[in-house]
Amino acid sequence: MSLAMSEPVLSVRDLSVSFCSDTRTVHAVDHLSYDVAPGEVLAVVGESGCGKSVTAMAVMGLLPPTARIGGSIRLGGREIAGASEKELGRIRGKDIAMIFQEPMTSLNPVLTIGRQIGEVLRRHQGLSKKEARARAVELLGLVGIPAPAQRVDEYPHQLSGGMRQRVMIAIAVACDPSVLIADEPTTALDVTVQAGILEVLQSLRERLGTAIVLITHDLGVVADTADRVLVMYAGRPVEQAPVDELFAEPRHPYTHGLLGAVLRPGGEGKRRLPEIPGLVPSLDTQPEACTFAPRCAHADDRCATSRPGFKTLAPNAGAAAGAAHRAACWHPQHAPALMPTTREAGQ
Amino acid sequence: MTTALPTTPARTRSAGSGKLRALRKNRLAMTGGVIAAVFVLAALFAPLVAPYDPARPDFADALAAPGWSHWLGTDDLGRDQLSRVVYGARASMQVGVLAVALAFVVGVPLGLLAGYYGKFTDSVVSRLTDTMLAFPFLVLAVGLAAVLGPSLTNATIAIGISQIPAVIRITRAETLRLRHVDYVAAAVANGGGDATVLFRHILPGATSALTVQATVGIPAAIIGEALLSFLGLGVQPPEASLGVMLSGAQSFLAPAPWMAVFPGLAVVAATLAFNLLGDGLRDVLDPRGATR
Amino acid sequence: MSLSLKTARPVPVRLSPMTSYLLTRIRQSLITLVLVSMVVFAGIRALPGDPALALAGEERSPAALAAIRADYGLDDNIAVQYGRFIGHAITGDLGTSSRTGLPVADAITAALPVTLELAALSLLLAVVVGIGAGIVAAVRRGRPEEWLANALALLGLSVPTFWLGMVLVLGFAIALPVFSASGYVPFAADPPDNLRRMVLPAVVLGSGLAAVVMRQTRAAMLDSLSADYVRTARAKGLSRREVIGTHALRNSLVTVVTVLGLQLGHLISGAVVTEQIFVLPGFGKLTIDAVFTRDYATLQGVVLCTSAAYILINLLVDVAYSLIDPRIRLGGAR
Repeated sequence: MSLAMSEPVLSVRDLSVSFCSDTRTVHAVDHLSYDVAPGEVLAVVGESGCGKSVTAMAVMGLLPPTARIGGSIRLGGREIAGASEKELGRIRGKDIAMIFQEPMTSLNPVLTIGRQIGEVLRRHQGLSKKEARARAVELLGLVGIPAPAQRVDEYPHQLSGGMRQRVMIAIAVACDPSVLIADEPTTALDVTVQAGILEVLQSLRERLGTAIVLITHDLGVVADTADRVLVMYAGRPVEQAPVDELFAEPRHPYTHGLLGAVLRPGGEGKRRLPEIPGLVPSLDTQPEACTFAPRCAHADDRCATSRPGFKTLAPNAGAAAGAAHRAACWHPQHAPALMPTTREAGQ
Repeated sequence: MTTALPTTPARTRSAGSGKLRALRKNRLAMTGGVIAAVFVLAALFAPLVAPYDPARPDFADALAAPGWSHWLGTDDLGRDQLSRVVYGARASMQVGVLAVALAFVVGVPLGLLAGYYGKFTDSVVSRLTDTMLAFPFLVLAVGLAAVLGPSLTNATIAIGISQIPAVIRITRAETLRLRHVDYVAAAVANGGGDATVLFRHILPGATSALTVQATVGIPAAIIGEALLSFLGLGVQPPEASLGVMLSGAQSFLAPAPWMAVFPGLAVVAATLAFNLLGDGLRDVLDPRGATR
Repeated sequence: MSLSLKTARPVPVRLSPMTSYLLTRIRQSLITLVLVSMVVFAGIRALPGDPALALAGEERSPAALAAIRADYGLDDNIAVQYGRFIGHAITGDLGTSSRTGLPVADAITAALPVTLELAALSLLLAVVVGIGAGIVAAVRRGRPEEWLANALALLGLSVPTFWLGMVLVLGFAIALPVFSASGYVPFAADPPDNLRRMVLPAVVLGSGLAAVVMRQTRAAMLDSLSADYVRTARAKGLSRREVIGTHALRNSLVTVVTVLGLQLGHLISGAVVTEQIFVLPGFGKLTIDAVFTRDYATLQGVVLCTSAAYILINLLVDVAYSLIDPRIRLGGAR
């Protein structure tokens, strides 16, 4: 846990995101805070719509103009929340980069992959066309694409999904960013290809010391890759802990529910998040309550009327440096208990 | 949609009335609809609306500027422009409706056949469509007028024929799409005859796209009529038509600009109205925008 | 006809996808061209009455008719006649005008530069104005600029060419005589005078096309701007100009070029009317004059040439389309 001792490279404080339309306001993220240390892999876990992707887009400054952002986002000690598009243009792709969920559509179909990698180099490192191309070939090799010298002149439609995601990674790491956000990087890919992509991410982290924020709902991926885990529910953080500790001793009932599916033997194929009975509530409906209460087996009156804080639990080894075990629950659990009813969510 | 609470299914209203409501909310489309309705009414009741006999010359009052007795002025023969515009609108609407009807009567069955049977039928129909599309509209119309002789009926036929390929293409595309939709596949599996499947199941599904095509076809036919008559290939001079009026106005642009302005404005208003209505319908009925 | 349909099937030879695509397109175009020539040929023969009478025009003495019959081989089998017609057409012999007594091919050669200049100027105008306004409307979504561009496009679509022509003549040639409204002077003879005469016709002919191009550009740009690859481009930190100009526009152009191709037929139709209004001795004027003087040899030649040009243009558009879109050029999954 020595990594966690250094200054965080990305620090999110009290981040709130809401979307305004003419008729109503939707709160997508509510007072979320986390730190990422250099070279650390932080996994952000939760069901679809829990706000994990919105958080990533907020950090990148890629949310649509209808989004309202509150709180602070510091990258390498510099405030980037509310930065202008021009300022963000100097940071994105250079200091912080992102890989998206859809490799099939995230590359421009009418430009060669060499051009698409080269663009970011020419933009941030001022390379010439020729230098950018040479570096693009190197990068393609780095992310494990065979025959990179030929591939560099091909178009996205000539590459498989896995290959395209490797190209996206090459674009993302081209300028050696200090933080890489990977939003469900393997979800759209075959199981056999997933492992390869994760391996590339791991090796890049080791070689380049890039911190990675890995957004996923695949707990198998979390167990294999992450150093630390943040669990989100309905736009709020519910639990955060070093990965081993979270798997060994989950404290929030929701985390219990999530792990239930993984721990259950004989899960078919992919380890998806289990479907917990009930609907994910909207944040608007219960500002002063535990959002998970309607679906929680341990909920009581207090859970329905007052919101639990995101508090550090029994101190552990990393508590001092942000690796503390925290949970937002009035009744933190102790033993890994399975939820009464869980089944595979066939998304 | 204001809360995320589990509620009763929201889709209790039928899809149709929802679409009508959406169209009514579209102010531009409604404006277009109102103007189009005015045109249709003026065309239907032209003898009641027109203040004068559109064909009666009054040489004493030739080339009169717009005023109280003649709201839109008179032409070189002293005929009342307003009356002629009203009767011209009648000719326009007649061509618009009949030409589109002709295109549909021929195009829809061919499109259904091509899309449903595919293979040989499809390639014959597609090659035919290509051949028709290889003639630019006016060249086709001019050729037909040359062969058939210039008249309102022949202009209608020429315009109708020129719109057939578009109708075939749209019907064919819709048929191809609908053939694989569940309810049609089910009808086929249940042993529905070809005719039943085509007319009971596929044609109703293609209504939206065809409605949109009709609202595109009518203004195109209105412009087409004006154009052919302008060139002397449509309605023949003593009769009133917006195109004939504009053709006559050419020689009097400097002394009597109103002769060119008002019939032209009438054509613009009519086409604009149908285009607005069509845009609104397209947004409501065909959000994929596939039919263009 | 069944024969030509069979040849239309895609070739199973080991060619590059681009080559085989091109071959297929060329073959389809040729078939269409043959069908068109048949229709034109049959159309003239379908005229009511004796084709010799039609071809003769004013000269109707029995001797003249007999001469025409022999000349055109009208007593031969219809297939033989068609074969001869095609044979002549390919060697550039389109017959003799009954009005002028001159070869139809010469009249066409003389009219071609006028129409080509008119079409080129209109196309230039439509592309520059249409694509420019389309980009502005998409990028400035929900602002006054978009509203203005949309209103202009709707007007451009609803105002008939010939009326716009008359209004412009009224405004810029009669009331405010900046441009000339009639007659043609070759560009080579007097460039400023040529342009002075061609500006109004080009505006008239280009306005409708500009409106269509604008609408398509706007729709395609709105599509592209919300595409994932544009998000990727922004995530790379590219400037707004690079994101819009390189990533979004390039994809939109694929659609716009197709639409341009589909609209060229309207350009040809419009040219007929425009030339009529501005008294330009081009293809359109030749066609209309031929109709009114019952000059069927000229009409046949003009219609054949126009349609052939139209088919050729569409073929070129498809080639251009595949050059812009590598998915078509190189084949593979779409």
